[in-house]
Amino acid sequence: MPDQNRRIWKFGDGINTDDILPGKYAPFMVGEEKFQSYAFAHLRPEFAAQVKPGDLLVGGRNWGLGSSREYAPKALKKLQIGGIIAKSFARIHYRNLLNLGIPVFESEDVPELLNEGDNVTFDLGTGVIIRGAEQFQLRPAPEFLQEALKEGSILAYYKKYQRFPGESYD
Amino acid sequence: MNAKLPDLRGLTLSERILSVKSGKRVEAGDLAVVPVDQAMVVDSIAPDVIRIIEEDLGGVIQRPECVSFVIDHVSPASNIEVAKAQKEAREYARARGINLFDVGRGICHQVLMEEGLARPGWVILGSDSHSTTYGAVCAFGTGMGATDIALAAASGKTWLKVPETLRVNLHGERQGNVAAKDIALEIIRRITADGATYAALEYHGAETFTKSERMTIANLAVEAGAKVGLVVPGGENFSEYDVPDWLFADKDANYSKQVDIDLNSLKPVVAAPFEVDNVFPVESYQGTKVDQVFIGTCTNGRLDDLHIAADILKGRRVAETTRLLIIPASSQVLEAAVADGTFATLLAAGAIFGTPGCGPCMGRHMGVLAPGEVCVSTSNRNFIGRMGSPDAKIFLASPAVAAATALAGEIALPESELVYA
Repeated sequence: MPDQNRRIWKFGDGINTDDILPGKYAPFMVGEEKFQSYAFAHLRPEFAAQVKPGDLLVGGRNWGLGSSREYAPKALKKLQIGGIIAKSFARIHYRNLLNLGIPVFESEDVPELLNEGDNVTFDLGTGVIIRGAEQFQLRPAPEFLQEALKEGSILAYYKKYQRFPGESYD
Repeated sequence: MNAKLPDLRGLTLSERILSVKSGKRVEAGDLAVVPVDQAMVVDSIAPDVIRIIEEDLGGVIQRPECVSFVIDHVSPASNIEVAKAQKEAREYARARGINLFDVGRGICHQVLMEEGLARPGWVILGSDSHSTTYGAVCAFGTGMGATDIALAAASGKTWLKVPETLRVNLHGERQGNVAAKDIALEIIRRITADGATYAALEYHGAETFTKSERMTIANLAVEAGAKVGLVVPGGENFSEYDVPDWLFADKDANYSKQVDIDLNSLKPVVAAPFEVDNVFPVESYQGTKVDQVFIGTCTNGRLDDLHIAADILKGRRVAETTRLLIIPASSQVLEAAVADGTFATLLAAGAIFGTPGCGPCMGRHMGVLAPGEVCVSTSNRNFIGRMGSPDAKIFLASPAVAAATALAGEIALPESELVYA
């Protein structure tokens, strides 16, 4: 996906998994082919139709609280979002995002500085966001996760090494 | 004490479990890879778990007896997609020797507890966020998504960042009609919906609570963001379990934070729309008209919960403008309620019963809400659209408040003092 012309979709604090994908629209309920078209169906009904590959989601505190449903972030992956930047993440959801290989960034200040509808350039490798003349730096993921993400995901890492990153055999 | 155990001095309950399981001393912030005693998979997640095991992990299942499939989230099936997924789960479980708990057996967490598949000191991963429930018997129970659960089934283990521990101290005696649910909601109000993110909650002073009450409290740990919610083991109420010698609260343990709850001062509460930490005394919403009351779920669908409802509804009738839906948490709960007359009492009062399972908790079937409707539910989430229309409202409450509300047709307190076990 191109680095340029990425739209910022701005959300608030406490975006829960029922906001991201309401339970009644689980693939289990509506089928594997179209469940992603219900992403944010209650909160922002226009989202699924208008989001473009590479667009960035920006949230506040406790992004992804609630259910362990991996199909919620999977809907976002199918819509090819470029990543999520939030002040903090709920833990089950954070693991799910990493397992699906969706780039996640925790930042106290960057979510405050980005606005709904901003057009930005984003370099995933360096974690730099550019808006006009301004530049914002994101912190990369912890080392253990970077090790896994080098292989694509923790699943890919396990497939290759038959162990988890950081696991010792002494 | 077993000589092979790592040094556990000064560790919290979750650090103790993860140290013993990983075979080396680990503390908050360390990474631990531990064997998994049970990997639990619910019907809505089963197709993804099966696909990942088969397509990405070579079809390996390390110990099938340590994997359980439970058909509970839409049970029985409501449409063809659901029926297909459940058929796939059922056939796969049978073919691979995985424990299978089919339609009508009940809600995953209740079933695993009843089946003895959750024990003190175990590590249990569930594809359902309320897997913190197993903390009621001091098992390290936590929710994860399909990929993590598939990896656990295939490898027999998982990776965990050892959580910090937030200690919750329950003091005094609860008064009047204060239920375990009220205590759990008060804890969440105090620490907020993300106050325990990435952390373990360790409950002190709940050892004397019944298993059902401890399950209600540990169940709601995740609503404060917690990874686990462990009740300190001990006392009569743990006598059905063999508690390992090493599983005790060390007085020198290191807690990141402590929260003190004075039980004497608590009142029955509701969690008002649309956050679980939006907790107020029932009086604040007394008189709010209610269209549906739902008593059930992994939080509050057990026999003692039905007993409380029956005490309130005995010889009386649910308000004409209100539907009272009751879904027992398991087939054992339903059978016991039939055997002791609770079922007949509730039916006579006008309750509608559903098949043991999750029911309308996540808005998929059996009691979906219309726009503008108000529901009082004994469940665990009151998010926008959770039980159906985004224009419906959900108030979370104890079974006592739910039953009193069903009777009055509006949010109400029980008229008289109830007897809790």
